[in-house]
Amino acid sequence: MKCVKTTLKGWKEIPEGGAIIEPGSSVNFDVTAWRTSSPVIDQSKCTKCGMCFLYCPDSAIEIDEAGNYRVNLSYCKGCGICAKGCAPKAITMVKEGH
Amino acid sequence: MNLIATGNHAVAYGVKAARAEVIAAYPITPQTQIIEKLSEFIERGEMGAKFMRVESEHSAMAACIGASACGARTFTATSSQGLLYMSEMVFWAGLGSFPVVMAVVTRTLAPPWSIWNEHTDMLSQRDAGWIMMMCDSVQEAYDASIQAFRIAEDRRVRQPVMFGLDAFSLSHTSERLDPIGQEEADAFLPSPDGQWKVIDVQEPATYGNLVGPERMMEIRHSIMERVKESAKVIEEAASDFGRVSGRKQAGLVEEYRTSGAEVILVVAGASSGDAMDAADALRDEGVKAGVARLRVLRPFPSERLRETLKGCRAVAVMDRDYSFGSGGIIGHEVASATGVRPFNYIAGIGGRDLSVNDFAGIASDALRRAEAGNEGGEIWWGMKGYQEHLP
Amino acid sequence: MRSLTDEEYYLPGNAACPGCAAVMAMRIGLKVLGPRTVLVVPACCMSVVQGYYPKTPSKIPIFNTAFAASAATASGIRAALEMKGIRDVNIVCWAGDGGTADIGIQSLSGAAERGDDLIYVCYDNEAYMNTGTQRSGSTPEGARTTTTITGKSEGKKDVPGIMIAHRIPYVATACTSYPLDFANKLRRAISMKGTRYIHLLSPCPPGWRYPAEKTVAVGKLAVETGAWILYEWFGGRCRLTGPSSGLAERSKRRPLEEYLGIQGRFSGADPSKIEEMKRRIDEEWERTIALCKG
Repeated sequence: MKCVKTTLKGWKEIPEGGAIIEPGSSVNFDVTAWRTSSPVIDQSKCTKCGMCFLYCPDSAIEIDEAGNYRVNLSYCKGCGICAKGCAPKAITMVKEGH
Repeated sequence: MNLIATGNHAVAYGVKAARAEVIAAYPITPQTQIIEKLSEFIERGEMGAKFMRVESEHSAMAACIGASACGARTFTATSSQGLLYMSEMVFWAGLGSFPVVMAVVTRTLAPPWSIWNEHTDMLSQRDAGWIMMMCDSVQEAYDASIQAFRIAEDRRVRQPVMFGLDAFSLSHTSERLDPIGQEEADAFLPSPDGQWKVIDVQEPATYGNLVGPERMMEIRHSIMERVKESAKVIEEAASDFGRVSGRKQAGLVEEYRTSGAEVILVVAGASSGDAMDAADALRDEGVKAGVARLRVLRPFPSERLRETLKGCRAVAVMDRDYSFGSGGIIGHEVASATGVRPFNYIAGIGGRDLSVNDFAGIASDALRRAEAGNEGGEIWWGMKGYQEHLP
Repeated sequence: MRSLTDEEYYLPGNAACPGCAAVMAMRIGLKVLGPRTVLVVPACCMSVVQGYYPKTPSKIPIFNTAFAASAATASGIRAALEMKGIRDVNIVCWAGDGGTADIGIQSLSGAAERGDDLIYVCYDNEAYMNTGTQRSGSTPEGARTTTTITGKSEGKKDVPGIMIAHRIPYVATACTSYPLDFANKLRRAISMKGTRYIHLLSPCPPGWRYPAEKTVAVGKLAVETGAWILYEWFGGRCRLTGPSSGLAERSKRRPLEEYLGIQGRFSGADPSKIEEMKRRIDEEWERTIALCKG
């Protein structure tokens, strides 16, 4: 896993018990190297049923202003659940590097 | 108002005066009177706290940790097997820096079953990041139970505090108790007002998840610094409480006739009074004996003890505990902290009685050995069929 | 689905394996629970999924506690909040099957007996997945784990049944493949007071040995073959929910082999073993139907 380097704080700056006081900061972790393939949505086939949005474990499916479902590749781990569960088969998994 | 109270009830009165907010406990002999009395106070409406009748000591400390994490003043009490069953969470409280307060009625560990006094149970938790105190009287049990919260909650400390009461000889012995007034207690111990809370839906924090080797050392170091700093806070609390109560309070170490002493008994717990009586008796006979009572075991009062023991011909450290393959736990700590090679008396194991005569005998024995040129060693005092293996 | 908020409370970049059903359900669960929630997490996959200090995926407070201690820790949190006069916060334990069925059952039982006001979600991936797939009390018969390499010989512990025996206000089973059914159950639990328990079957790609993309499919097969029954129990009554409500008759269920065949953990199970599993499943259905009839 590639990690975002954070400056190592001295012991005086670390909160007691090591509490993490920055909610939702995991978005700074880069998990893109985990995946071997990534989803591509064919908007012409998409019926906007939203199953991909519902089932994505990593909130990598987002809805744009036009109401279209888009993949946020910064968050996608490439599990393929969205493609497998897409009834109109609008999502295909494409190998990384192709 | 004066009362006649047992050590256990004194703790309950102290915790009531301290206005603990959440108390979670599981019964074990000889701690039961503490929690019975507290639950009675709460059910009668004399104390505004939540009493959680949990199903184990492990859960008792877990509940205290959860409550403390919300900024509540929390208390529990246990003993012996209960403390060991709780041990995982004792470390959780210490390493997580939750200012929980706990009374430990020190009792022999099984097997074989025993309910009598020994200190091995409490000392087994000495590396958990807790401040550790030992009480020598009913009055001190009361005083300690209020001071403990002040020490634990101090901004410079924020670590949990446990204080020990010897099983039966203190927990169940009735003595005179002078409680302080509620107003005085409130002035001595201000309301916590959630100063240390880590669980807050307004400011969501994630607490206690995976920390790698690049940061753990720093987190541990901050605990080390705060436990060290607590020595000062303990002395301050003792001196402030002395003013409030009009009773002189021992800080880290209580020195009794140590000035110019040729032999000093180093003791902890409820039999300290007998050791002091023995010192008086020996002084009457012309033997310059004194007593250093360890009121605090963590942080270990190394510097103070070094001063106290300076120039003394023989040091006799009493251990009502044992570390197999090593020796008396306090004996070893005294040796390493002060550089003195003490005569380490293992005595009172499993609750075996220790009288004034025993302490006088031990002091004389240590002095005799020192005069014979012996340099320290371990002696099992009062054991039947004992053969010495001294260096 | 429209009933779920667009707000995300459990963010990406977490350390869950690709295709993790547990984190999928966590995301949905937090949408239902909302920001006035405190999560208590014992040692389990979810304690690692939070990732590495100093980053966290959560936008609500998470309190990590020891393996056996989640329910007791939650009880302590509730007691403190009550003392502070805070009453509108959900206290939720989110624990694995080991921390629930095995090492944590004492503190869960204690909290339930006391009626402490908390929601307990057991996400059940049917083994100690965080430590690399060792058998738990919740592992089903026949499943291969690293400590039962020829398949577990005993059946799965019925934790929801144990919780029903505590006569708490609400007990439900759910499956991550039916997030809206889970969301509804969570909503009902939130509307009640006292100890509420949801047992959430949560397929695990590496532990159950199937490709990550099939997480939803495997969970659906668990329900459609009858291997996992969706129900809820409250007010002294039990009712089947979701697809399970149409599966009371054995003939309506898909063959168990479809569920077993899709996973590596049941590979090599001999026919007699499979018959034994089917017998256990039938018994489970009989018990549940009897419960529904009252």
